[in-house]
Amino acid sequence: MNTSANASSEEYVLSVDGLCVGAQERRAGHVSILQDISFSIAPGKVTALIGESGSGKTTIALACLGYSRAGCNITAGRVQLGKQDILSLTTSERRKLRGREVAYIAQSAAAAFNSALRINRQVTEPAVQNKLLSQQDAERKAQVLYRELDLPDPENIGERYPHQVSGGQLQRLMAAMAMICDPRLLIMDEPTTALDVTTQIEVLRSFKKLIKNKNTSAIYVSHDLAVVAQIADDVLVLKGGVIVERGSVQSIIDHPQHPYTRELIGAAHVMPETLPPSRSLVTESDPALPLLQVSSVTVGYGRRHEFLALENVSISLHAGRTLGVIGESGSGKTTLGRVISGLMPPKLGQVNLLGKILNDDLGRRDRKELQHIQFAFQMADVALNPKHRISKILGRPLQFYFNLDAAATQKRVAELLELVELPPEYANRYPRQLSGGEKQRVNLARALAAEPQLIICDEITSALDTVVAKAILALLKDLQTKLNIAYLFISHDLSTIANVADTIAVMRNGEVLEIGTTSEIMTPPYHPYTELLLNSVPEMRTDWLDGR
Amino acid sequence: MIQNQPSASEEVLSGSFKDRLSQLTVTAMISIVVLLFSLSIVVFAPWIAPYPEYEILTDESFALSSEQMWLGSDFLGRDVFSRMLYGARVTFSVAFAIALIAFFIGCTFGFLAAVKRGLFDSVLSRIVDVLISFPAIMVALIVISGLGSSITVLIVTVALIDATRVFRVARALGMDIVVQDYIEAATVRGEKLGWIMWHEILPNALAPLAAEFGIRFTYAILFISALSFLGLGVQPPQADLGVMVKENMQGLLYETYTPLYPALCIAMVTLSVNLLVDWYLKTTDATLPDEL
Repeated sequence: MNTSANASSEEYVLSVDGLCVGAQERRAGHVSILQDISFSIAPGKVTALIGESGSGKTTIALACLGYSRAGCNITAGRVQLGKQDILSLTTSERRKLRGREVAYIAQSAAAAFNSALRINRQVTEPAVQNKLLSQQDAERKAQVLYRELDLPDPENIGERYPHQVSGGQLQRLMAAMAMICDPRLLIMDEPTTALDVTTQIEVLRSFKKLIKNKNTSAIYVSHDLAVVAQIADDVLVLKGGVIVERGSVQSIIDHPQHPYTRELIGAAHVMPETLPPSRSLVTESDPALPLLQVSSVTVGYGRRHEFLALENVSISLHAGRTLGVIGESGSGKTTLGRVISGLMPPKLGQVNLLGKILNDDLGRRDRKELQHIQFAFQMADVALNPKHRISKILGRPLQFYFNLDAAATQKRVAELLELVELPPEYANRYPRQLSGGEKQRVNLARALAAEPQLIICDEITSALDTVVAKAILALLKDLQTKLNIAYLFISHDLSTIANVADTIAVMRNGEVLEIGTTSEIMTPPYHPYTELLLNSVPEMRTDWLDGR
Repeated sequence: MIQNQPSASEEVLSGSFKDRLSQLTVTAMISIVVLLFSLSIVVFAPWIAPYPEYEILTDESFALSSEQMWLGSDFLGRDVFSRMLYGARVTFSVAFAIALIAFFIGCTFGFLAAVKRGLFDSVLSRIVDVLISFPAIMVALIVISGLGSSITVLIVTVALIDATRVFRVARALGMDIVVQDYIEAATVRGEKLGWIMWHEILPNALAPLAAEFGIRFTYAILFISALSFLGLGVQPPQADLGVMVKENMQGLLYETYTPLYPALCIAMVTLSVNLLVDWYLKTTDATLPDEL
């Protein structure tokens, strides 16, 4: 690696000076998105842009390509790639630059690949299109890149179609596509965010190796400081379109100056150093009978359940306690939630609520049973009807389950809003007038409106910024002590689960691999898969990836 | 439901309303004026019309416009202007009734198909495909000549034909909405089908459906005018724009404009509705499904 003293004497690969980006809105007039952004990147260095959603990190990354999203304009500043001022170039000149000098890796590789063409054709396209290499040479070079990225079967993987490789492999293939012309600058926009933790570290490791071997400079956009710590040299912390703090990764992690940076570090998804104090699995006031008991449930998709999603799954949960269900995508954790709520009838097995067998068919469950199990969805954006005011969203379950009249409903809606720490005026708003975190609170309030005994929380914090997610988790805990609600907390994030759950069920391929109290699961001896998961959660130090 | 709503909600409403007003284009404004004018005719025709609908006022057929008869007389010597007011009243209200019934039937079954899917959807969709494969005017001619022509038969027949088109739009819109989590949230709550269709799906399909309503309304005007022109729609002596075009067709031979006035009236209203729908779709960002 280059030392910083060495780098400063060299020419910068990219220097951004006083960049401002704004949008013209019909009602609000000119809205500033980025203000006076300046930074530069030395050869072989990786600069990370970190911040919550809406902080402008992607806008900066795109501006470095000389591009702004529809409706946005670069209003001031300079972006210099080597000696060239990108912003003064014409569109066709910029097009020549892109792919050759500067390349982009998007968050979702699955959306970036054309599913109808073979991978090789797409990976080699930038080089062949720009007439830098012949098709054969480009394919040979692609193979070398595949090998460098630790892709399996590098000779033949290019002959496959995008749907024939996994998500993590596709992300790496996209890196190969970006690197085919040996660009000087690589822009990576949340390249590992959509991946499972175990895949994430493989991809991160490949990226790191590639950048080091090629001595490429890179911009790494992420919201996850622990991930950034593994790959970046310098960090820019962004908030509301302004750089609030900058420095080397080490100094940012060790000595964060700005309060916002400290908040980010405090909310990062890292494993807690000590597990929260364990509670007895049964509350005193509670009957010995578990609230929820799922016994040997098997369920599958297809007309005759031929594609199994859950196999012989048994779990139980007592009132006022939290069961964490952890697993990677495709593990069946969401299906489990759907079976319990009655959205999916099981093929075999049964679901008991307080010793009473629940009907498989949602339509045949009585209103009391429906009331006691509520579902909180992952995406609050689509879980709230955009055409209903909050008063109707929260008021309907009240009228449906309790037959409250208008005045009582209005009063209770205000109470519910207070419970989830929102001002009562919000009752008259529409969901679109709320922020992501606020929507998730309304989503929770709707579940609470039914006064349930169990809330199934399906990845409810996954789509939120870390700081917001932390507040929601605190609210969940608070509500549990106040109202004695049990949670079935489904998540792919072990650090979150370890923080909230009393018992944990580890799922993989539709089976529960391990179930036990949090301290049993989280202390050695580990189940091999649990250990793999545990080892895949990045730690907030720069040498974590190298040490593994 | 809630009284004493604070200003927040009013702000939202007036905000979006003001917003709409500021986006009014000239064409949209003209369309609105034309349609409001037509609406007032439909409501007030008997009071505006200078002469009764059927009264023969002069011996002269196709008299030119005069101070007594603004648009001249028709082939029997009746006042064209008065008959046109009455005719527009019949045409527009019948078309409106047709569109309304077509929407009620089409949306109900379209949303049902979207929610239920499976066999119910397949069977219903194939039946509609069969119905849609017949030329609409032919089906109407057969049914009306079989049952005899009356306003009721006319409305029901054309509404059913139109409902098949509305069904496909509503089903396509419903399919997109049904997969949203808020529908699932209502299902988990235990809501009945009717509530889900009425309260959860409909509000989200309203903008494109409103646009489709405009289009269906104009088609209905054209369709019943065509039927009347062929002699199977509204029966003389009752006036209807299509009937008036037919009755006064020979007038063209005598170099009068008599049949062109009702034709112009049809054209103005259908054009206005279409322009208004285009404007509405643009400002609401709503789109009609491709499957039409």
